[in-house]
Amino acid sequence: MDRVDGSSARAQDGRSDAGEGVGVDIDADLVQLLAPDGTLGADPVYSAYVGDVDAAMLRGFYRDMALTRRFDAEATALQRQGQLALWVPLRGQEAAQIGSGRATRPNDYIFPTYREHGVALTRDVDFPQMLRIFRGISNGGWDPRENNFHMYTMVLAAQLPHATGYAMGVTRDQAGWDRARLEEDGTAVVAYFGDGSSSEGDAHESMVFAASFNAPVVFFCQNNQWAISVPFSVQSKVPLARRAAGYGIPGVRVDGNDVLAVLAVTRWALERARRGEGPVLIEAQTYRMSAHTTADDPTKYRLSTDEEPWAAKDPLTRLERHLRASGQADDAFFEETAAAGDEMAARVRREALAFPAPSLEDAFGNVYAQAHPLIQEELAWHREYESGFADAGEDAR
Amino acid sequence: MTTMTIAKALTAGLRRVLAENPKSLLMGEDIGRLGGVYRITEGLIDEFGTDRVVDSPLAESGIVGTSIGLALRGYTPIAEIQFDGFVFPAFNQITTQLAKMHARSEGRLTVPVVIRIPYGGGIGSIEHHSESPEALFAHTAGLRIITPSTANDAYWMIQQAAACPDPVIVFEPKRRYWLKGEVDTENPAPDPFTAQVVREGTDATIVAYGPLVPVALAAAEAAVEDGRSIEVVDLRSISPIDFDTVTASVLKTGRLIVTHEAPTFGGIGGEIAARVSERAFLSLEAPVIRVGGFHMPYPVAKVEEQYLPDIDKLLEALDRSFAY
Repeated sequence: MDRVDGSSARAQDGRSDAGEGVGVDIDADLVQLLAPDGTLGADPVYSAYVGDVDAAMLRGFYRDMALTRRFDAEATALQRQGQLALWVPLRGQEAAQIGSGRATRPNDYIFPTYREHGVALTRDVDFPQMLRIFRGISNGGWDPRENNFHMYTMVLAAQLPHATGYAMGVTRDQAGWDRARLEEDGTAVVAYFGDGSSSEGDAHESMVFAASFNAPVVFFCQNNQWAISVPFSVQSKVPLARRAAGYGIPGVRVDGNDVLAVLAVTRWALERARRGEGPVLIEAQTYRMSAHTTADDPTKYRLSTDEEPWAAKDPLTRLERHLRASGQADDAFFEETAAAGDEMAARVRREALAFPAPSLEDAFGNVYAQAHPLIQEELAWHREYESGFADAGEDAR
Repeated sequence: MTTMTIAKALTAGLRRVLAENPKSLLMGEDIGRLGGVYRITEGLIDEFGTDRVVDSPLAESGIVGTSIGLALRGYTPIAEIQFDGFVFPAFNQITTQLAKMHARSEGRLTVPVVIRIPYGGGIGSIEHHSESPEALFAHTAGLRIITPSTANDAYWMIQQAAACPDPVIVFEPKRRYWLKGEVDTENPAPDPFTAQVVREGTDATIVAYGPLVPVALAAAEAAVEDGRSIEVVDLRSISPIDFDTVTASVLKTGRLIVTHEAPTFGGIGGEIAARVSERAFLSLEAPVIRVGGFHMPYPVAKVEEQYLPDIDKLLEALDRSFAY
């Protein structure tokens, strides 16, 4: 059965494909496999993309989400205790991140925003390393080449044209490959962004370039409904996935709190991109259940009653209900998972507090790849100045 | 040795980059079929194809942003910004992303992107087509900025920029595109990040770069009538600046005039004046004098001659220096 053209299949299904720009009821075209009560549904297009998901994989997704949430809680606590300058919570977005991250292959390349801690887990980035950014140790945190997981980008949407450009490079590298080889070894790129950064010009430009050059990039938007304090309604009058129509690429809205649906839709988009069929825009409907950052105060702009409907759609609760009701996990599993989370959190705390201090001298060395006279001159001055304090000891500073 | 215009020397340099580095590619608005608004890339799309010479959508941030991504994938993109005044939509990508990628990755990633920008005035054009924004970029660590003033430098410096692991902005003196010069295609020009003494003298130094190097040389020639021996330094590199060569010249002559088309205030001339005052204070016979643009938006074409540094302004500056 040919599942290549998901968008036309959606149209046949009677639901509006976002790429066609029709349909006003924003939930009518939402792809969902797992209902909030844990009931497993079917989708004529996307169920096929999770046919291999067995009980062990489902438990794995739950474990990923639980570890991510536990890490998020530990990092938040570390910030509250003064051990991190800032933290960027992701509570509520675990399914969007684990589902999409688990859809990628190791040779795919990921461009995250600064909130993709769950995606990082799926790429085997070690959690403590991520805290180097927030503890003032490093602006990069980890080696992007090790896991094909790029550094966080703090300037909103600036990573999106990088993703498109990277994908344009992939296209050139894979020129002449046949379909079989593309499906086997092809590389795709995932570009993460949010509803807020969807308004940035770079979001637009990256999609224009991607469409024009048929770049194998999946634009994955986590619409968490809030750009710090500004609600989604100020960013867009239409679901973001419908903007895809303007670029001439498929757009899909998916329940971002449904890990299975996110996995299915992202796999579909990645397979399509790998085959050389070009970019896709995915809008994952989710909710930032916590603050924008630890410097934020959501009580100033939203009510707890606004949050309640989304608490009922919690991605972890949803999968737990499904696992329990279907007999695929029992109390012991959830207890073990919680214990593993606590153990991980303790290691995160231990390692974060033991990070060696950074050196300003290293910063001099990393400005340019090639020797630079001004850097050399200023480094020499810096060393001489600092050496003047050597005899006086630390206290004299 | 062969005689070429600066424009054709750039074309020849780019052709050689494309031929020798299979991972290199050109990207920009109208650079393919049209060959660029200044025809610098003329003919290259026929030789190297549309994957190597890319007519991009009309979006400067996208051009630089996707170039960064291509560099991360192992390519050497050479982006063209059509005019100086149109680089600003890409300013964010250049300053917050391109310039910092190596540093924020703790030295792990390199982004060897080259950005070509035709710059400067004197072409009688309309708004935003005659600007000199080099100081805005020089202030950003992580970028290298060079500007050729001769055909030989144009031929070699574009190749040297493409071979550099750091991001390099090449400011091309657009009003000199048709200036001819000898090009030695065998022996590379000196290190692009160094200045060169292009006329030796003993009484005063003029430091110039890009479009004003010929003006400085003409002023030095005119000053001979006044019995003055003027040394001219072609800065060539705006970041880093070769302060050693500049200082050595001032230690010899004792007087320094720095000239650029960009506004004097906050410009490269101020940085050179400050460094020279630190390094050669006791050798200076007069304050360093800057001859640059006024603190105003680049003026309309009918009055740009009054705005731009020219031979008379340089001679007047020399008079002031010698009268001190």
